[in-house]
Amino acid sequence: MNDQPSTGAAGDPAAELLTRARRLSDDLSFGAVRDWKAGHPGRLAVGYMPIYAPRPLLEAIGCLPVAVFGGGDQLDIIRGDSYFQSYICHIPRSKVELAVSGRLDLFDGMLFPSICDVIRNLGGMWAMLFPDRYGAYLDLPQNFDPELGGRFYAGELRRIAGGLRERGALPLDDDALRDAIVRENTRREVLEELDELRCREPWRVRASEAYLVARAGGVLEADAHTKFIREFLDAAREREARVYDNVRVVIRGSFCEQPPFGLIKTLEAAGCDIVDDDFQLGLRSIEGPIQLEEGQDPLDALARAYVLNGAPTASRYIGELVKGASLIKQVRNANAEGVIFAAASFCDPALLDQPMLEAALDREKIPHTSLKFSENTGQFQVIREQAGAFSDAVKLWGSAA
Amino acid sequence: MSTEKNTEPAAKDASQLRQKRMIADHFERLSRAKEEGKKVVYTFVPGNLTELIRSLDLLPVLPEINALQSGMRKLSGAYIAEAEKAGHSEDVCTYVKCDIGMMKSGNIGPTGTKLPEPDLLLLSYTGCFTFMKWFELLREEYNCPVVMLHVPYQPDGRITDEMRKYVVDQLEREVIPALERVAGKKLDMNDLARRLELSHRAEDDLVAVWESARNRPSPIDGYFGGVYYIGPIFSAFRGTEDAVAYYSELRAEVDERVRQKLGPTTPDGLAMEEKFRLVVEGPPNWTNFHDFWRMFSREGATVVSSTYTRVGGLYDTGFRHNPEHPLDSLADYCLGCYTNLGLPSRTQLLERYIKDYQADGFLINSVKSCNSFSAGQLLVLRELEKRTGVPGGFIESDLVDPRYFGKANIENRLQSYMQMLDARKGKVAS
Amino acid sequence: MRCVVGIDLGSTTTKAVLLDEQGRVLGRGITNSRSNYEVACAVAREEALTAARFTMLERELEKRAALASGKVVAAKDDLSEAFRLELYLDQLAELEDEIARVLRSLTYVGDRSKLQPAVDEVLGGMKSDAPKLFVGAGARKSDFFRDLAGTGFMTGAEKVSADREISFERVVGLFDRAILDVETQLKPRDFSALLKRAAHRLIVDETPDASLLLGAVEAVIDQPIDETSFVGTGYGRQTLPFPKQAVRSEILCHGRGAHRVFPGTRTVLDIGGQDTKAIQVDDQGVVTSFQMNDRCAAGCGRYLGYIADELNLGLHELGPLALSAQRVVKVNSTCTVFAGAELRERLGLGERREDILAGLHRSIMLRAMSLLARSGGIENEFTFTGGVCKNAMATKVLRELVDENYGEQITLNAHPDSIYMGALGAALFGLDDVEAGRPAVLPTFVQAAVEAAPAGGQ
Repeated sequence: MNDQPSTGAAGDPAAELLTRARRLSDDLSFGAVRDWKAGHPGRLAVGYMPIYAPRPLLEAIGCLPVAVFGGGDQLDIIRGDSYFQSYICHIPRSKVELAVSGRLDLFDGMLFPSICDVIRNLGGMWAMLFPDRYGAYLDLPQNFDPELGGRFYAGELRRIAGGLRERGALPLDDDALRDAIVRENTRREVLEELDELRCREPWRVRASEAYLVARAGGVLEADAHTKFIREFLDAAREREARVYDNVRVVIRGSFCEQPPFGLIKTLEAAGCDIVDDDFQLGLRSIEGPIQLEEGQDPLDALARAYVLNGAPTASRYIGELVKGASLIKQVRNANAEGVIFAAASFCDPALLDQPMLEAALDREKIPHTSLKFSENTGQFQVIREQAGAFSDAVKLWGSAA
Repeated sequence: MSTEKNTEPAAKDASQLRQKRMIADHFERLSRAKEEGKKVVYTFVPGNLTELIRSLDLLPVLPEINALQSGMRKLSGAYIAEAEKAGHSEDVCTYVKCDIGMMKSGNIGPTGTKLPEPDLLLLSYTGCFTFMKWFELLREEYNCPVVMLHVPYQPDGRITDEMRKYVVDQLEREVIPALERVAGKKLDMNDLARRLELSHRAEDDLVAVWESARNRPSPIDGYFGGVYYIGPIFSAFRGTEDAVAYYSELRAEVDERVRQKLGPTTPDGLAMEEKFRLVVEGPPNWTNFHDFWRMFSREGATVVSSTYTRVGGLYDTGFRHNPEHPLDSLADYCLGCYTNLGLPSRTQLLERYIKDYQADGFLINSVKSCNSFSAGQLLVLRELEKRTGVPGGFIESDLVDPRYFGKANIENRLQSYMQMLDARKGKVAS
Repeated sequence: MRCVVGIDLGSTTTKAVLLDEQGRVLGRGITNSRSNYEVACAVAREEALTAARFTMLERELEKRAALASGKVVAAKDDLSEAFRLELYLDQLAELEDEIARVLRSLTYVGDRSKLQPAVDEVLGGMKSDAPKLFVGAGARKSDFFRDLAGTGFMTGAEKVSADREISFERVVGLFDRAILDVETQLKPRDFSALLKRAAHRLIVDETPDASLLLGAVEAVIDQPIDETSFVGTGYGRQTLPFPKQAVRSEILCHGRGAHRVFPGTRTVLDIGGQDTKAIQVDDQGVVTSFQMNDRCAAGCGRYLGYIADELNLGLHELGPLALSAQRVVKVNSTCTVFAGAELRERLGLGERREDILAGLHRSIMLRAMSLLARSGGIENEFTFTGGVCKNAMATKVLRELVDENYGEQITLNAHPDSIYMGALGAALFGLDDVEAGRPAVLPTFVQAAVEAAPAGGQ
């Protein structure tokens, strides 16, 4: 096991930013959202389940889009468990717990994107539990022809904008949407800088830190997040850091129910530099910037961006692509030595994809290992040992054996 | 579903014999498919486009039905073990694992002959996320073309124009062309319309059969018996003369039972007493199907309606295939399949069944494999109790993994539930 | 004396309850016999009948109260102990016979010649030590023969194997083989003979009190107990040895029994060894809804058993230890498979046992709260039953969770004898049958016992 580079300690220029990021990520009362609403009276806060939500659309109609990742490991589930059988993942339980305990009362709307059947049905439960609140299912297209799936998806976006309009959001305006897309593209750019830095110099920016900085954006407008990331990047570049000899790995499968922060740190402590991952997929569901032409309908551009440049995630149909190709590309681009599949227990998308992805990695002789977690896993001993063994094996033999 | 009855009363009904023959013929045709140059399309029960497939002279195969058949024949346990050995998670759908395992074991189908490989995977993405992954897996195995039909979900209990258009557009621009490519010929819309007309007629008779359960005693069991009734309409036969004949015969038989005030046939023979009328939500268990049935029939419980029997199409709220608007009605058919409906609509449907069929109670069989059915059932349970005032029972099992059918536990819960109903009846009466 | 019998076949113990025609509890019996259901039922019934006789004795003594002195009334408990002692000695004799039979079947004569005297010494010691075990319930750790004899035999075997240089395992092995057969065979008991022997053990001189006691004993022995209805409950892999119409679901029996003991009960939580039940009842004790966690032992008694083993503690020590915690360590899983690993990891991190135990108890009760919520919530009054209800920490945590989530006005009931609630409920259903005029069908184990009973027996 390796010592960790000295970050977050006294004298670390990024320490205060990380503390702030941690607080924003952990705050289950959504204080930042409350503050935003107080500062923008009459404007709506719209929560959404992980993977993907069209944030620029929401910002364009004056709403604050908020990623609700569940209760993590800080929430005692008292009532949430009574809604779900034992073989269903944890995130809907904590979501329901947050809701029935009143912590989500400050949201004016909730979006449920088509991640899997559990989240899909959760949307229906929401409608039954809170008939007076706005909840909408977002049926992300599985047909990627811009004239077919794209048109359907644009219709979905219009439907949601319309539904929120009835609740007090601003009317959908082309210029506002254009601006929002530009702001999102800027945030995206800066996020890529962060990802690139942490990939190139993992001793300077740990994946766990990049995670917090990215996740903090879940409760911020794009501009504010861009600013925050830039501040962090500046501070990080000033850090003193030693290079450590860890194994470079890519993490796959943790795109919805999030692993406890301790799990990410455990993997790092076990000798792994996480050089790429899919933790904060919602912010990277579209590969590259949203293409927006002069004079093009911005809603159309947003829809096209999703269907044409959507990242191949577990919840997205593979279409004509080769299964596993994007993962291999990710591994090569990041100069990674192996892949750790970290799926939430009972997660259909992640667990059904895994055998196909593993087969693809095997063909390329890329070592991999896999583990399962739940957002409230409390003990990491077994994971530490497994990750440690994996990193050792990769280092010594370049394989998982 | 194409299932066989193990224990039979002396004389089989004509409809049962016809069904057996239909299924046997179908599998026989499948076994000869390759040599005869017939093309084979794999697809799913929810959103199955049988009329379209057969209009192009293609043969449909339904992996879900293969899986449930394997379950009933006690083969699924071994198949699932094979799949898990090959790296498939213990947490995922056992239909998929059973199929993978069956493939790895030679792909021998229910009638003992090897199933033909697919020429096309028609991924009817209706009501179940796992379907997507299932056919991605099969594509890797068979290296054949796949065509995706994304049937949008109905979260709010209504089909919008956008939803319908999306499905129709996909049919026109992607699905039909893909099927035509495989078939080597163009779709004849008149032929399709003709088949839809036949579907319409069969559906009328099927709904009459469902509604016969309003009688006391109910002449049918709408769940255990019901899975036999839905075989032809949800598998390879909707839109055929055979299916029309089957449902017409079935309806006549049921009408006769009503005239004679007979109850349904159970694994132990004719039901003698209708003690409890129940509505059941959720798929049945296949590995212990008859044991499970007996847990009901031996207590005098008849299932008067169920939602699983609507998984491949919901007809008793008015929908019929319509030859005058073929593609629109195919779209509406797909959109209306039970698991594609939002939880509020499902709850409403269950409420309707409980009231219409004068049920004494309802039961939820929560199935580990199927998140589409299962996620949210506990809320549905409480909500239905509130709305109808009748007690709900809750048991847990699985589709085809025998490890998840705890006979003693399930029996305990069921018997407790029915004794509870009994005690309640006594109070209500006194 | 007419009575009804309710029998509850649990996973570890079988309980029987006798009610008189007015529905008052006449006697209760319990056994942890691992033999087949028939024998377990028979033994439990016998224990209950014995207890019933003692209740009748008590009533008889009360009737003669004017003539009885305090000593005589108190003597009833002594008599009960003396009776148990006589029963124990009889059972030891059966064990002795069974071990001898096992020895006779051994192939090596040499073995037998070494082992028999060793066994004789062990059993002899047990017989002479026996009276010390029956001087009040506090004198022994268990009321079950297998437990008492097992402990005694182990202790004796340790000594003789050391003294005589024989393998400890071989000696104890004889007990292990023999006890199974002893438990499986249904030996008819001559109740009156046992009671008389017990009485004479107590009464060493002729006094008016002595003859009063003997008189009461005689009166009670001869009174017939007419069992007019049998109802069985419990579930398991085998069929219960009752005719179908005499079986009631254990959920209904449990709900009814709890309601009978605490008539204000509307919600019952039963945490047993292997399952947990949440039951809602109406004002008459009829179940209106229920939920079970019966597919895995997480959060049940067995889980606590694993934890106790891991910590090398007795089950009954977990609660008190947890109560002395200074903080509650967050424990997120109650999976029995990982119980050991999770515990070791936390201890390794420096957490105190007490604090971890506090966390474990909280996890278990959180699971129970979920099950309760699924079944419809908690309504006043809330009755907590099952083995785990004797755990003071569990009850404390439950109280806290109820306060937090349903309010402090909810009355929480727990009864140390809640283990009998299922059998009590079954007996109440039996009473219903009698009142409705439904004919009783004797279960097979009763028929067998009746046929085998010597004259003057139960």
